[in-house]
Amino acid sequence: MSHETNSLVPDQLTEQQRLILVDWLIQLADDEFIIGHRDSEWLGLCPTVEEDVAFSSIAQDEVGHAAFYYELIQELEGVSADYLAFHRPAHERKNSLLVERENGDWAYTIVRHYLYDLWDQIRLDAMVESSYVPLAHGAKKMKREEYYHLIHFQHWFTRLAKCEGEARERMKHAMELVEQDLDDLLDIGVIESDLISWGILTKPPVEMRSEFYSQYKELCKDLSDGSERRIIFSKQVSKGRMGQHSPALASVLENMTEVIRFDPNAQW
Amino acid sequence: MTQTHSGKQKQERFYQILDEVKDPEIPVISIVEMGMVHQITIDERTIWVQVMPTFLGCPALEIIRNSIQERLLQESDLDEVFVEFIRNPLWSSERITPIGREKLAGFGLATPSMDRLDQVECPYCQSSGTSLVNLFGSTACRSIYYCRSCKEPFEAMKPI
Repeated sequence: MSHETNSLVPDQLTEQQRLILVDWLIQLADDEFIIGHRDSEWLGLCPTVEEDVAFSSIAQDEVGHAAFYYELIQELEGVSADYLAFHRPAHERKNSLLVERENGDWAYTIVRHYLYDLWDQIRLDAMVESSYVPLAHGAKKMKREEYYHLIHFQHWFTRLAKCEGEARERMKHAMELVEQDLDDLLDIGVIESDLISWGILTKPPVEMRSEFYSQYKELCKDLSDGSERRIIFSKQVSKGRMGQHSPALASVLENMTEVIRFDPNAQW
Repeated sequence: MTQTHSGKQKQERFYQILDEVKDPEIPVISIVEMGMVHQITIDERTIWVQVMPTFLGCPALEIIRNSIQERLLQESDLDEVFVEFIRNPLWSSERITPIGREKLAGFGLATPSMDRLDQVECPYCQSSGTSLVNLFGSTACRSIYYCRSCKEPFEAMKPI
């Protein structure tokens, strides 16, 4: 079987390539794992029964994507996917701060997930032709599933952004809260240039970010009162990708590892 | 491996057995009719079955793996059955066979195409006067619709 000349073959990676690839996969896996868990927390609490169904289904997809990424790491590192998901302490997790925040109200939930999915879509687009072929195959698959999440959240976002009164105030407040975490979400850390030079990502993160922010600006128009919405981004350096998290992550981890801590041999 | 006449017959026989393995979430349709079986490779008394998952997070995968192994070991003289879930090629809802589609319709599941999500025919009365109730349904691969003509709710496979 012939390989494309520039593709990275799993068992022929240099030590450096393997480390960079694993760092990136952990960011992706942890993002999907934690947002998926936050989604699942809505079961039984959503405003309508249709949303209970939708959030459970979306949670299942996201956790499935996390499992896919954890399995890729397992192939590279020999550490089990279950270990990666359930046994790493908070400071080893590389998810963005945005996905670990508590669910808050419905407005925050919708805004957070929609913006996360917009970024995820840009990220997947940059991976469908990845030099790491197993990642490229997975990205193609995930894009087809994420298509439905995007339609869903776009619909909710537009619907809520058109509301008046308290709903509108809540949407504006949600946007302000999410904005503070956007730089952290879009950060990839020090591995950025290597991801590009080895073709793991096929689009420079600088371009990915500018694509995201131009989409974001369009969304802000829906919520402005005629005047241009002032966008303030936090200028803080990345935290999530460096393993620096808020207490919210510790509480998610405690919740999701309760069974395995109680009975390490539990099967389901 | 050379494809002899008896080799071909053997392949067909194994596909027939696999056609008895049902999708646990939709018990009327087999994994062959769902278009999930990519290929089988036989070497003496060992078989490798390559299966394309429908959705990455599908919780039915392990059940499917076990049913494939059980069926093949039960109904043949094989010693070993290996089931591999592959990511390439990708499963797409277009791989569902025509017989599979008929069976899904009988089960109350429509199989729309990607560009016609809002124009799905009711699997019970064939009316096109239907509306999408929820993009997400009882399993990762389904959406919920309502037929304004026969007043029945029904589900559709998400085209992917």
